[in-house]
Amino acid sequence: MAYQPVFANEVMTGGNPIIQAESLDKFYGSFQALDNINMSVHSGERVVICGPSGSGKSTLIRCFNALEHHSAGKLVVDGIEVYEGSKQIRKLRQEVGMVFQQFNLFPHLTVLENLTIGPMRVRKVPRAEAEANAHRYLERVHIPEQADKYPSQLSGGQQQRVAIARSLCMESRIMLFDEPTSALDPEMINEVLDVMVGLADTGMTMVCVTHEMGFARKVADTMIFMDGGQIIETAPPEKFFTQPESERCRAFLEQILEH
Amino acid sequence: MHQSPSTDYVIPRPPLAGRILSSAPVSILIYLLVIGFIIYTAYDGSRAMGYNWQWYRMPQYLWTITDEGFQWGEIAFGLVKTLQLSVLAFALALGLGLLVALLRLSGLLVGSAVARVFLEIVRNTPLLVLLYLFYYVLGPIFELDRYAASILCLGVYHAALISEIFRAAINSVAPGQWEGAASIGMSKAQAYRYIVLPQSVRFMLPPMTGEMVNMVKSSAIVSVIAVAELTTMGRNIISDSYMSFEVWFTIAAVYLVVTLTLSFGVSLIERHYALK
Repeated sequence: MAYQPVFANEVMTGGNPIIQAESLDKFYGSFQALDNINMSVHSGERVVICGPSGSGKSTLIRCFNALEHHSAGKLVVDGIEVYEGSKQIRKLRQEVGMVFQQFNLFPHLTVLENLTIGPMRVRKVPRAEAEANAHRYLERVHIPEQADKYPSQLSGGQQQRVAIARSLCMESRIMLFDEPTSALDPEMINEVLDVMVGLADTGMTMVCVTHEMGFARKVADTMIFMDGGQIIETAPPEKFFTQPESERCRAFLEQILEH
Repeated sequence: MHQSPSTDYVIPRPPLAGRILSSAPVSILIYLLVIGFIIYTAYDGSRAMGYNWQWYRMPQYLWTITDEGFQWGEIAFGLVKTLQLSVLAFALALGLGLLVALLRLSGLLVGSAVARVFLEIVRNTPLLVLLYLFYYVLGPIFELDRYAASILCLGVYHAALISEIFRAAINSVAPGQWEGAASIGMSKAQAYRYIVLPQSVRFMLPPMTGEMVNMVKSSAIVSVIAVAELTTMGRNIISDSYMSFEVWFTIAAVYLVVTLTLSFGVSLIERHYALK
């Protein structure tokens, strides 16, 4: 096997990575959003990515399910090589769930329909089975009683939990979270984080872009700090929060942990 | 009536003149005065030119009841033809319009170029000229009779307008909806069908109603190639009876009834698609 760079998390968990990015670059015109990204995520690993806004962290995880396409480098997710125009992208997205900052629930469908439309139309699961699954996952995100409501009738925290359940209903093996609590009122953040902690406890592979450092400390196996489109630091949380190596990371942590 | 403020603060009321003008009885009165004035000037003008009103001769063109029983008149047959024409042309316009809008939004260079050329040509040709093109040019080439040429012409003309309605409505759906659909593995076609198009209905219903009404109205133009629809019937009746005022008032009223019914029907559908 060819030489591959060894990353901190690889030493920890071993085995083949489920997400493997090698020298990823991403340009918007002449603006470089991602700059030589090398990282890997193993099955069952929880990775938290943080960094100042505009650092490329959202762009990076959006590349993982091909909502954005990298301009150069190699990206393999769940055994599928990701590139623009690949016929495998839909298959990939069925395996990789995504939770958005703005929820992106379907407002014209009830909560139950939001959860079943993917399994029924994409995975061709029979309705009865899809609905049974949906109820099970609604239970898991603690809102079994809201199945027949429309998203606009729910609070932000409830909507985000429905969005998490929608991804779970696709039986995804990897979950990506793109600032899942940034659009929420403060009192609703914890109900969403609780669900995410519960999800982490089941051994789900998770990549989260978030500034919730309490959550990160609790669940992360690996912390990644990004700035200017580059990965500046990769470390397990105990080291990351106590002795960050780079000055930029230290300054960032000081700022967000201050209050 | 005795009034005394029950609290310390009294909400200021709008000025008296505005309150009187916008009150229901005054509004109705003004409305009746305006309508009355229009009818009176029409009546007065026609009397001055010595017009001989013969309203009593009109009903036979709508329907007749003779010994043989109830029979529809020419105007009724014309109306049925107008409705047939409008429905068929509108169905064609919907299908073609959606296709053009999807081509335009496809992101394919060829697709959007084809759509733009179609749109600009059709939109910038007078409907009457387009009808002549379909009937006198395409008609002989493709062996179209006047009825088929009319449906095609109206369908194509309104497809251009409707494609813009579709495009605007599809673009009005939040971009996050595409991403939400993509993130659960939907293809673009599935995202359109299950997520984006159902949500865009809400945006397209009001302008689409306008287009339906326009379709019924612009179908009158095919009377120039003698398709036996409502307007043609009107012209035929006048050439028999010389009652141009009565006939055109009646024809206009029939169109009005159809278009108002359409608008009302769609407002009911709109309520169904309102945000939940």
